[in-house]
Amino acid sequence: MFEPTLLKRASLPNSETIGVYLETGGYEALEKALHEHSPADLIDMVKASRLRGRGGAGFPSGLKWGFMPQDGTSKYLCVNTDEGEPGTFKDRELIERDPHQIIEGAIIAAYAVGANRAFVYIRGEFFLGVKRWIKAIADAYEHGYLGENILDSDFSLDMTVHRGAGAYICGEETAMIESLEGRRGEPRLKPPFPAQKGFLDQPTLVHNVETLANVPHIVRRGPDWYASIGTEKSTGPKLFCVSGHVARPGIYELPLGTPLREIIYDHAGGLAGGKKIKAVIPGGASTPLLTAKELDVQMDFESLAEAGSALGTGAIVVLNEDTCMVDVARRTARFFAHESCGLCTPCRVGSQSILRLLERIERGDGTYRDVDQLLSLCDGIEGHTFCPLGDALVAPVRSSVERFGDEYEYHIEHKQCLVA
Amino acid sequence: MDVGYFVKEDPVQRSMLLTALFMAQEQHGHLTPEAIERIADRFGMRPGEVYETATFYSMYREEPVGRYVIQVCEGLSCHLAGGAEAILDYLQGKLHIAPGETTPDGLFTLRTVQCLAACGSSPAMRINDTLYTDLTTDRIDMILDQLGGE
Ligand SMILES: Cc1cc2nc3c(=O)[nH]c(=O)nc-3n(C[C@H](O)[C@H](O)[C@H](O)COP(=O)(O)O)c2cc1C
Ligand code: SF4
Ligand code: FES
Repeated sequence: MFEPTLLKRASLPNSETIGVYLETGGYEALEKALHEHSPADLIDMVKASRLRGRGGAGFPSGLKWGFMPQDGTSKYLCVNTDEGEPGTFKDRELIERDPHQIIEGAIIAAYAVGANRAFVYIRGEFFLGVKRWIKAIADAYEHGYLGENILDSDFSLDMTVHRGAGAYICGEETAMIESLEGRRGEPRLKPPFPAQKGFLDQPTLVHNVETLANVPHIVRRGPDWYASIGTEKSTGPKLFCVSGHVARPGIYELPLGTPLREIIYDHAGGLAGGKKIKAVIPGGASTPLLTAKELDVQMDFESLAEAGSALGTGAIVVLNEDTCMVDVARRTARFFAHESCGLCTPCRVGSQSILRLLERIERGDGTYRDVDQLLSLCDGIEGHTFCPLGDALVAPVRSSVERFGDEYEYHIEHKQCLVA
Repeated sequence: MDVGYFVKEDPVQRSMLLTALFMAQEQHGHLTPEAIERIADRFGMRPGEVYETATFYSMYREEPVGRYVIQVCEGLSCHLAGGAEAILDYLQGKLHIAPGETTPDGLFTLRTVQCLAACGSSPAMRINDTLYTDLTTDRIDMILDQLGGE
């Protein structure tokens, strides 16, 4: 039986306080990191753990740490707390229930890459999260885990909280850096990557909240223990956010590679009202849909890629047999059209056109030409935008048309919805 | 919002712009032209530049709003849980305003918002700083009554 790691404290009373954190082994990993390991050791440990980023892309974290230059230039760490991908609600819970776990991970990461300044960029609407972050950071300072000469080492780190102000795109790391510099959150062209040129053009390590939460456990219990959880290429525990038509929506911490069927039926209680599954969004709004025939897929980076989808943020949205798939595509497109920052034309104009076509088809005014047009708009966006938001819009729309074409056909032929 | 969390000065002043805008908004309820000018002055920017930055972000308001700003999540998971338009329709009927509008008594402004990261306990909405989850029409009635609504 897998024991929860990232959520082991979350259900304790006052789990967010430094008192509870210290009583349950908190900041032991930091002591160990600072007193027993060199930065290079720690980078090797994270490489050996095969930890991959939980912010959506699954990039190997150790590799990213290794990209940070070793020289004495000023370097920065950004904790990405901008969670906004529809269906995803793990980071908000983590910071509200166990902020010190992330702070500890962030301090270790900063020490490993030689950053002396950390920013927490938090989504502006996370009011409780902001309060929890501020309190936790203040307590960490008071206990000597932040500030000058942490735990009598020669490592110093300052950490401050920055609130975003309502823009999903600021979760993209270069847009986040622009926003941190007090500008419009428009993405920068990559390369250079933030590890080369980030905040104020200095090397900047950007990590998702959940990724950092893993770090203290890797240091405390060793990379071998960590890598024994999950699959060969997708190691460690993962927070799966389950929502939609299930009996028990919520966050389930399970090893990467857990079959989708098991998550839905054994953990989330199966479908509400004894309905049948029609489709599943496996990894957040930007990931291609899976059909009911694909429930045996393992929830890890490589298996989902093989299935033509992606693990994304691990946000599973379950859709029952009564769901209109055109409507789902339209809602997803509306989100991305709304959040397009407008910097590049294929995304700004294309997302609006896709939304209008989907609205028309859903209303029953669509034609087969509209569906063709939809797919050619997808072609025009995919791979042609400044940042990955363009592709994030295309993936769910294209998979909807390709896998649920019969519903589009029905709307066109009968001028109404198949399930209504 | 408490600003005591700025333990250290930011490496560049402009990093504080978003915070300064929040503080000005908090003071006046929205970003007044005077506030924009004051901020521009302080940051050594042109008012147009400050304005251009502010309008990128949906949480800054250039118009006055009601005492309570209700933001109904119109995300997919909330819709699947019976929320989104259903909740919005209910509130429109109850408050007699459309999204984007404010009640004549200046108490409530109704807005829609994308996913609030509460999809596991949807339907969800936010009123000012507070997140409300697992919404039903009864619960909405109670919440609004407590806030001094009808
Ligand atoms: C449109 C867009 C939105 C994103 N939003 C987030 C977000 O809210 N949180 C996050 O951690 N990463 C987000 N990312 C991914 C970040 O750019 C970045 O890859 C990530 O923070 C790196 O951290 P990790 O290596 O720990 O995953 C987003 C990416 C894109 C393209
Ligand atoms: S793809 Fe969209 S979000 Fe990304 S830079 Fe272009 S317009 Fe902005
Ligand atoms: S969809 Fe409403 S909170 Fe996520």
